[in-house]
Formats: sequence, C-alpha cells, structure tokens
Amino acid sequence: MHVTGAALYIDDQIPFSGSANELGSPLFVCVGGSAIAHGAVKRMDLSRVKQAPGVVDVVTAEDIPGQLDIGAVFPGDPLLVADTIEYVGQPLFAVAATDFTSARKAVKLARLEYHEQRPLLDLAEAVAKRFYVRPPHRMQRGDADAALAAAPNRLHGELRIGGQEHFYLEGQASIAIPEEDGSLTILSSNQNPTETQKLVAQVMALPMHKVTLVTRRMGGAFGGKETQAAAWACLAALFAARNHRVVECKLARGDDMIMTGKRHNFLHRFAVGFTDHGAITALTSMLAAQCGNSPDLSDAIVDRAMFHNDNCYYLPNVTIDGLRCKTHTVSNTAFRGFGGPQGMLAIESIMDEIAFAVGKDPLEIRKLNLYDTDSGNDSSGAQRNITPYHQRITDFTVPQIIAQLESEADYWQRREQIKSFNAASPVLKKGLALTPVKFGISFTVSHLNQAGALLHMYTDGSILLNHGGTEMGQGLMIKVAQIVAQELGVSPARIQVSATRTDKIPNTAPTAASSGTDINGMAARNAARTIKQRLRAHLSAQYQTPAAQIVFANDQITVGEQTLSIAQGAKSAWLARVQLSASGFYKTPKIHYCRETARGRPFYYYANGAAISEVIIDTLTGEYKLLRADLIHDVGNSINPGVDIGQIEGGYVQGVGWLTSEELKWDERGRLLTDSPATYKIPAIADAPPIFNVRLLENAANREDTIFHSKAVGEPPLMLAISAWCAIRDAIAAVADHTRCPKLDAPATPQEILKAVDALRALKVAS
Amino acid sequence: MLHFLLNQEPIAVADAHAELTILEWLRVHRRKCGTKEGCASGDCGACTVVVATVENDALAYRAINSCIAFVGSLHAKQLITVEDLAAREDGKLHAVQQAMLEQHGSQCGFCTPGFIMSMFALYKNHPQATRHTIAQSLGGNLCRCTGYRPIMDAALQATRQATDDQFSAQAEACVKKLKALQPRQPANANDNSARFHRPTSAQQLATLMQQNPQARLLAGGTDLALEVTQQLNSITPIIFLGEVTELRHTHTHTHENTHAATNLATTDEKPHEHEIGAAVPLADCGALLCAEYPDLAELLSRFGSAQIRNQATLGGNIANASPIADLPPALIAVGARLVLQQGARLRRLAVEDYFLDYHKTALAQGEFIRSVLLPGAQAGRSPTRQTSAQPLHANAPTQKIRAYKISKRFDDDISTLCAVFNVTLQDEVIVAVRTGFGGLAAIPKRAHHCEQALLGNPLNRRTVQQAQRALNEDFQPISDARASAAYRMTVAQNLLQRLANELTAGEQLENQPPSRISVATAAAAAC
Ligand SMILES: Cc1cc2nc3c(=O)[nH]c(=O)nc-3n(C[C@H](O)[C@H](O)[C@H](O)COP(=O)(O)OP(=O)(O)OC[C@H]3O[C@@H](n4cnc5c(N)ncnc54)[C@H](O)[C@@H]3O)c2cc1C
Ligand code: FES
Ligand code: FES
Repeated sequence: MHVTGAALYIDDQIPFSGSANELGSPLFVCVGGSAIAHGAVKRMDLSRVKQAPGVVDVVTAEDIPGQLDIGAVFPGDPLLVADTIEYVGQPLFAVAATDFTSARKAVKLARLEYHEQRPLLDLAEAVAKRFYVRPPHRMQRGDADAALAAAPNRLHGELRIGGQEHFYLEGQASIAIPEEDGSLTILSSNQNPTETQKLVAQVMALPMHKVTLVTRRMGGAFGGKETQAAAWACLAALFAARNHRVVECKLARGDDMIMTGKRHNFLHRFAVGFTDHGAITALTSMLAAQCGNSPDLSDAIVDRAMFHNDNCYYLPNVTIDGLRCKTHTVSNTAFRGFGGPQGMLAIESIMDEIAFAVGKDPLEIRKLNLYDTDSGNDSSGAQRNITPYHQRITDFTVPQIIAQLESEADYWQRREQIKSFNAASPVLKKGLALTPVKFGISFTVSHLNQAGALLHMYTDGSILLNHGGTEMGQGLMIKVAQIVAQELGVSPARIQVSATRTDKIPNTAPTAASSGTDINGMAARNAARTIKQRLRAHLSAQYQTPAAQIVFANDQITVGEQTLSIAQGAKSAWLARVQLSASGFYKTPKIHYCRETARGRPFYYYANGAAISEVIIDTLTGEYKLLRADLIHDVGNSINPGVDIGQIEGGYVQGVGWLTSEELKWDERGRLLTDSPATYKIPAIADAPPIFNVRLLENAANREDTIFHSKAVGEPPLMLAISAWCAIRDAIAAVADHTRCPKLDAPATPQEILKAVDALRALKVAS
Repeated sequence: MLHFLLNQEPIAVADAHAELTILEWLRVHRRKCGTKEGCASGDCGACTVVVATVENDALAYRAINSCIAFVGSLHAKQLITVEDLAAREDGKLHAVQQAMLEQHGSQCGFCTPGFIMSMFALYKNHPQATRHTIAQSLGGNLCRCTGYRPIMDAALQATRQATDDQFSAQAEACVKKLKALQPRQPANANDNSARFHRPTSAQQLATLMQQNPQARLLAGGTDLALEVTQQLNSITPIIFLGEVTELRHTHTHTHENTHAATNLATTDEKPHEHEIGAAVPLADCGALLCAEYPDLAELLSRFGSAQIRNQATLGGNIANASPIADLPPALIAVGARLVLQQGARLRRLAVEDYFLDYHKTALAQGEFIRSVLLPGAQAGRSPTRQTSAQPLHANAPTQKIRAYKISKRFDDDISTLCAVFNVTLQDEVIVAVRTGFGGLAAIPKRAHHCEQALLGNPLNRRTVQQAQRALNEDFQPISDARASAAYRMTVAQNLLQRLANELTAGEQLENQPPSRISVATAAAAAC
C-alpha cells in the first residue's frame, strides 16, 4: 500500500466535495502564535482576521467551553493563551477558513500588541537561577563525595548536549467530525489516542464516551505525537462542534517546528574519580535538562536520563542529580529514547576522558567498567551488578556483544590501520569508537504498563484484531498480527488489523517507551488464547475428541483424524452459540519503583547492543564522513527480523543526525532560527555509512517471559550512534597525537569539530 | 488554457489554475492524495512527481518537487504520479515498487511515494546505477525512519534489472500526443488581464515585461514558489520563462562568430564560448559546464537535489543576487558574462558586475537575463591579470579550477560558504587568478585582496598565509543559523591551504575533502 500511494494519512482523508457531504464543506484551521517569548497580550485585534476572505470562525481562550489547560501530566499548557505568554509561537488564537491557505493568510492579519518581559532562554542561566518546571530529583548509591575525595585520580567537566527536532515526515494533523448527540469522532496522527480523547472531552466539557479517537497510522512520530498531538485535535474538535462541520487542523512545517517541543537539550556537569587503571570509583553527575516553559513529560524524561547515566557501567559510589529547568521556549517532549540518550552520552563521554587520562584505548576503559553479572565483587565486597537505582542487572549480553564486535569488525586491527593512516595524513584524520547500550524497558511510570486488545473471529474464518497500540512505522501492526497468527496457527493474511480506536480499546497507554509490541502483543495473544480455548472446548465436545488432539496449525484446525478449515471451525462454534469475540489484557509483571527513595526495579528487562563507528574528518573545514558502522543488537528472539533490522538501522542514523548535523538554534529573543528543513538538516541518503553491517545477536532469548521471549527494539538502537560521536572525537584527538581529550559538545557540526580541532592545535603549539 | 497529460489522460487547465502548485492541484483539486506534502519548500521530496518531456522525439523523465512547481509549467508535458506506476490492467507493481517492498524500504510510508518517483526517474535514466549515482538521485528525498540502507538496496536492485516498463510501451503514443499539444497560439500575449503569461519568444517576453511592469518572472520557481508556499505572498501576474525559445537554448560560439559580439579577441587560446539560455535547467546545462570545467562537477552535483536541479535554472540562480547562490562564485571565477535584454536592446555584463548589494542587481526595469556566456576553459583568465600568451611547451601555463562547497549536510544543503578558485600556474608561479566566494558577503564576490596576494607568487606557505590575511580585508562575514562568522572566515582561509595542498602537493586523496574519500570507500565496498 505504501509503495502505490494508497496508504491514507490524515490529510488524505478529508471529505472534500461539499455537496456529497451533508455537513457542508470542511474547514481548515491555522493557529496564530505569539511573536514574543515572554510577557502578555496587551491588545489582540482580530477584526481583520475575521473579515479575511474564506474565514468562517475565529477562537480565543475565552471560547473554550471546558478546561483550558491540556497539560499531559501536570498543568501548564493552555490550549490558547489566557494570560502569560511563555514562548515564541505559543498559540494565542485560531482561525478556521474554507481552505488552508486562506486560514494561514488570515492569521497574518492579526494586530497584536504585547507587554514584553525579558525571557530566560539559556539553560545554564536557568541552572544558576534554579528556575525549574519541577523539583530536582536525586539517585544515590554509596558515598560519592567521600569516594571522590579518596580517589587516586579525579576529573571534572561539562558537556552540552543538543536537542533534536522530530521531523516526522507527516506533520501534526487531526480531523474532527461532528456526530449526532454532540459526539465527536477525531482522526488524529497520534501516539496517545486515549490521552487526547480525555483532553478533547475536558476542553469540550463532554464525557469521554462522546469522543472517539481514531488513529490509522502515522507518517512518523518518534515521541513527538505522544503529548503534543493533542492540541491540534482539541482545536479541530472545538471548531467542528461550533460550526457543525468537518474540520482539519494541521500544522504547516514551519509552524510544526516552532510550535511543538523537541528532544531536551542537556547540560551535564560531573566529577569522576578513578583508579590508575581507569576503573571508576566515584561519580557525581548533574543532568540539567532544558524543559521549556511547562512540565509536559519532562519529569519522566529527566528520570530516564538519570536511569541511563550509568549505561553499561558499574558505578560503586554515585550521586546523580536531575534538574528540570524552565526556559521561555517551547515545551520539550518525548523523543525516541526519552532522555536515555542524553544520560548515556554523558557517561560515554566520561569514558573517553578517563581513557585519555590514563593513556589507554577507550574500549579498554569501557570493558574494565562494565557491569559484571557473574563474578567479581568490588573492593567493598559489593557485587558489580547494582545500578544507581538499586536494580540488579541479571541478564547482560553486552560483554558478549562487545567481544563479537571486536573480532568480527576487526576493532584492534583497524585501530592500528587508523593510527598509521593518521600518522601519514596531516589534514584528514580518521577516528574509531565502540560504544555499548543498555536500555531499560518499561514505562518508568508503572501504571502505564498495561494494554488491551479485542479480537473477533467471523464465521468465514477471517479475523479482525484491535489493540491499543498505534502504528508509526515501527511495524507494530504486523508484529502483533504475527503474534495472533502464530497463536491461532493461521497465516497473518487472515488477520485484518483495524485502526486504533478508543471506542474499541479504552484507557490505553501511549505507544511509547518501546513497549508497543511487548504489551499489546501480549494482550492480543491473551485474546487469541481465549478464543482458541473456546474453540477447542467446543470442538472437543462436538467431535468427541480429547482437547489435546485438537491442533491449530497451517491455517486449519485438526480435530483428531479430521481437518477443518478455520471457517468451518468458526461456523460450527457460532451455530453452537460459542462467543468468537474476546478481549485480552496485559500488565507488565515484576516492576516497582519508589521515587522517594529512588530505589526499585523500574525495568522489566534491558535491551542491549553495541556499535563500532569509523569516521573521517577534515581538519581544515570540520567536515566529516561516516565511513563504516558495525552494529550488533540484542532483540531477544526476533518476531520479525526484517522489521527489527529496520528499526536498528533507522535508529542509528537518526541518532547520528542528533549528534552531528541536526542543530537547533534560537536567536536572542527566543525565536527558532532553524525552523525549516532548509536550515535544520536531518541525515540524507549519502549520510548513511557506505559500509553498514547490522546483525541481531543470535541465540539470545529474553530470559523474562516476554512475548515469544523477544525484546523491545524501538528506542535502544538510536543510542548506538553515540559511537559515531565518540569516533569523531577520536579523530579530532589525532590532531594532538591522542595526548589530550578534545573538548567537544553535541551536535558535532563541522563548526563544532573545527573549533575542537583548532583548540587542540593551539594547545599543542602552546606546549 | 494549457494542455498536458496526467499520465495518459489529456488535461486542459484554465489559466486561473496555472498559478497553483502541482501538489495543490493534485491533492486538492484532483483528490489524488498519493503524492504527499512534507514541507512545501522543496526540501523533503515527499511530493516528488515525474514530468516527461519530448526531447529529440523521445521522452525525457525528470523528477521534480511538485510542492514548488506550478501547473503553468506543464504545458505539453506528461505528469506521472505514484498512482500511475502500477500497471493499470492487473495492478502489477512497477519494478521500483516491487524492489522497495522486497527490501523493506518503507516504514511509516510517508516518504515512500516520493522515493518511488525519484527511483522511477532513476530507473528510466540510469540503468545499472552505482551507489554514487543513486545517492545523487535520491539525495533530495528525506526519510526519517529507515536509515536509507534498504532504500539504497532497493534502488540497486531495481536499476540492476531495468528493462522496458509500461511507460516504454506507451512512449511512442505519448510523444505523439504531446507533440500535438505543442504548437499553440502565443496565448494571452496581449491579454493584460491574464495572471499567468507564457510567452514563446524573447521578443514577446520583452514586450510583456514592458506592459506588465509589476509581473514576476518565473523560471524554475525553486526560489519564487517559496514566496507562495512559505510567505503566502501573491506573485501574480506571472510571466513564465520556460517556453521562451531563446532562453532554453544552448550553443557554442567559435572564435569567428563571437569575435564581434564579445570582444574575446584579446586572447588567442581556444577562443570558444558557450552561450547558455537563462532558463535552461541546471540538469541540462550541467553537462556542458562540467565538460568545460570538470572541477565544477562536484559543486553542480551538490546543488540542491536532483529534483531541484531538474527545475532550477542558471538564470534563476543569478537573478536574485542571493549571497549564498552556488553558481555565481563559479561563474565569477571563470569570468562568465551575462547577456541582458530590455525591449530589443541587448547588453553584456560581467557576472561580478551584476551584483550590487544584498539582493540588489544591475538589472534595469523591464530587463531580464537572456543568457550566460561561459568562456572556454583556457580563455577564462582575466585579461588584465594575464601574462602574454605563451606558445605551448613543457612549462606552458596550466589553468586549475577548484570549487569548494561547505555545508552542514553534504547533500541538498545551502552553502555555509562556497569558494571557487581559478588559478593559472606557470613554472609554479601564479600568473593569473580569479576567485569567487559565496556566503561571505552580502553578494557573491571576488576576493580582490586575496587575489593580489596570490598573483605573481609561488603557491607556497608564505603566499598562502598572505592570501589568508588578505581575506580579512575582502570579507566581514556574518553569523546565522548555518554557522558563525568566525567559522566562515577560518574555513575560507583554510580553503586556501587546501588549494595549495591540492595543486602543489599532488592530488592524492589525502589532500582532498572527505566527501571524496567516502565515495571511494563506498565504491571499494561495492566491489
Ligand atoms: C530545496 C532547495 C535547495 C536549494 N539548493 C540550492 C543550492 O544548493 N545552491 C544554490 O545556489 N541554490 C539553491 N537553491 C535555490 C534555488 O534553487 C536556486 O537559486 C535556483 O537556481 C533558482 O532558479 P529558478 O529557475 O528556480 O528560479 P525562480 O525561482 O524561477 O526565480 C528566482 C528569481 O529570479 C528571477 N528570475 C528568474 N529567471 C530570471 C531571468 N532570466 N531574468 C531575470 N530574472 C529572473 C525570478 O523572477 C525570481 O525573482 C535551493 C532551493 C531549494 C528550494
Ligand atoms: S513537500 Fe517537501 S519537497 Fe515538496
Ligand atoms: S518511512 Fe517514514 S519517513 Fe521514510
């Protein structure tokens, strides 16, 4: 369907022809945003907007019948500004017109005057002023300060980690359709239909049962449609109800980039103590995130950054502080990895610094500090398998993956080749790095770890599957269909997966935290099991055959000596009045976490992987190229290797973009400068490494009882790209013969790389 | 009225629709929604369609961005969209669709129709495409999901087996139909109420411009359309240059026939000159430019994307006086000139003299760029800086051109800066030099101080340092979303070092930009 252009996205579904549609022709919404970052509206004159050609309706905060605030977890996100303006682009009013262009043109006619206040835009300033959207949080194990004081070697430093625009190819979009009884059906490009259903209901002062959210598929989401798809659905709903017409609210690319949040940028400050061999004895770490103007999901995101600040390394004495800083910028939100990548980059950067300090290859330092699940106690007698949040690591495939990569991708041999290349090459320098990934799977907010499914078998043997997960390209629908198919012994072609609908599966969790298949697959399997059990019981009685001799396989049911088609089986059950529809439910077991004490088992299990990246940089211009990447990733027993490899490759390249060419810039008044793909550069085809080897770890069944013992794969591979950033840093270090660790922030743009190169050269000249 | 084929279906469109983008026309007016909008600014490729035109009695297939192309540019062409690729009778997928399916080239699927169309054009134009060609053809299609490896493999697979497809079977009939559409009355040439004019001769164009002083000239539209889709400005009335015969032509003047017109007689070396119509798309004039100056090939191949190069014209790249346009630095460095026309009056002007200030040009009211005169390779040296011509012998002067484009992303990115050097070395001394820089000043410019520092000197360390210092007098760059002022200046200075490395230390890979290394790596990996 994708390849023929027949797959429908939101904007493809607008019922256009006016006459054919009893509701009249549809309306199109454009949102008017603030031109200032902080202050209040002094005067908002919308008379010219209202009179503009094509305009049918204009709304401001006063026109909202129900609740104004649409904050996902905590309040702070007014649908339209009622009093304080907190970022450039914050929605002030919205216009509905007979076509999209008229609505956009009309918005520009607003006459707005502001009381402007000085905005706070800089993360470091927010840290200094303790300007927060939520209180700080600390994780702690051992006595880091004392251990640091006692450490034979100490380093401290700072790393700035950039944010990332989602740049899903399909922008934010929702269509609201007014139904009878004041009900609303909303088609939305949305990872979190239940949440949006709830918010639309609150905004419209309706009970939730009058609002149905439908999500067929998204043209990409990556976290950007977890909370921040809601506003546009709410506005479409508002206009649809007011005008009793079908209304579409979609964001033009520029508006999308300005009005929706991004991956959080972070400021990391640390002090680390280590032995002469490079083994970490103490770490104090401050992870400060720029959350923007409101909490959104930042509490959980910063927590996840903290949960991943250890990555794969045992930290005997550790204190991690997570700060949720407020700035007058758009509210940052979920993005693949959900803070994990930033926490992980921070520790990987420290690994490099230690390696330089003790004069060893960074890979040796990484291996030396790995968690150890089998043997080995640290000097205090503690086992080297406890995380800073006191979860014990039991299933840890990283050492095995690293060993396999080292040998299969010739790490040491290439290290030598690169050394000789660099020795002979004054201008171009190559770099190499291997970095591992350990990523915790489960929502760290425990109640979200639940899912529902609804399965119907019809009398012709066809099967309709509904579940609460949404499809954004990650292959969830096909995987869950495969799970049901396998359970029932039928071919996946027999199974139709419906759009995700809140009237089929209520109260769902967002499709996020890589958990889509884990939880929805289980729920769907439970539904399939119920139907299978009913069929088995019925056929056993009907054919006087022991239940054990009834086999579901090869798209048919074998009952003793007889073979029935699925249709025959279904028909027979129906005639006997056996219910062929079942719901399934699942909640993730074993997890618990006490935030007060920062202890517990927030993760059901961990996904692991590692990557080697090789790059070349140009020390005259700072340009760089990825030359080769070798990835091994542990997905447990893969349900669909094609889909999984796609997630791994795509995640890696997206991560490379985050750490290299994707640079967000604001001006001194808080306006986003990189507000279009002309200035914000995600990787293009030539940026993928020309040699790109991706393998799944073999014989690696998940030890936990997950669906078919697979492991989640959505987010973790993004962090394999940290190896590319470290490789760039390694290449820069060649300028000073690896005597010093380059000061490099992320993203490593050509400008940033050249700055680091020149700084090293200057130091080299000075010494 | 303008006429074209939507796949096989003849379409007649009223002038009122000529000013719609092809994307809007397809999606809103025809409700053909397979073609997607990802940005509406030509940057993502989701909207890619293929346009076939009749050239030498055959069809030439070109991928373009429908979001920034106007319906008015489609006359006598065939428009092919993603819905047209599968066979109509049995729905059998086209080879490129089949390959994308088999290679898992689609995840969320939103970029897929655009990739399919770019790949279709690739399939028609480059059977057995290399990775490098594929990257150049698909560089303007962004995918946020896959990481591109499966898409690359799908393109390799499809083009490896490229054979005749359903379009080959229909080609002959299609050529006939399109040719039948070609001749037309010079529509609305005198109708001043029209909003979309399509003159066919330079004379008509000149007259129209005089009659409609407020009209905007539309060439490829890759700049102009952004005013419509991004700034939401009205740009009507429009005068479309794409059907003006003289502006679409390219030919080569030899010494004899250019003598009078261009005063090129001051040089006695290879006295030929190419005249490139201002409205020739880059994809078409690129081959000529590269044949003359092979060192411009990389610059050209990195200009926008394949879709942009198929639309964007040489004249359009010059006309606006954008400080970051890529070709003006090259044209300045090789000493190209412009032919400008106003009414019946023609005049010639060096490209460097065309740019006055930020978006200000020497173009008079009612005047347009008719063509670009590109000197032949050896004739490009500035007469004022030229030593007397030498007979050909062992240490004859050799001309070297080097063009460097620096951008955040390698493909389809606007230059942070662009530097083009044209130096002639004799006995290791620089005997002639012209430079062209973009991204360092309000306009594309020569670096006169820098040139002075180079001229007459060997390209050694001292000269490079002098030239680097001199650049500070030539330019005071600015900081913006792409880079800081300091970065721009440092890199411009470092590029002088690169020039010296490349020209004196030999041309081994080590002295070249990393892009070429990576191309070499990819090639090595492929074998
Ligand atoms: C995605 C994208 C990528 C791009 N990448 C690059 C790049 O890498 N390098 C680069 O340099 N540019 C780039 N551009 C800018 C643009 O493509 C070029 O400037 C292009 O050459 C413009 O040509 P056009 O024919 O499309 O011009 P149009 O948009 O048709 O016209 C541009 C302007 O010139 C005027 N004009 C056109 N022809 C004439 C004429 N003959 N006489 C007088 N005035 C005329 C028009 O009235 C208009 O004001 C990019 C643009 C996009 C959208
Ligand atoms: S929609 Fe992005 S290039 Fe046209
Ligand atoms: S498949 Fe999602 S953008 Fe390419």
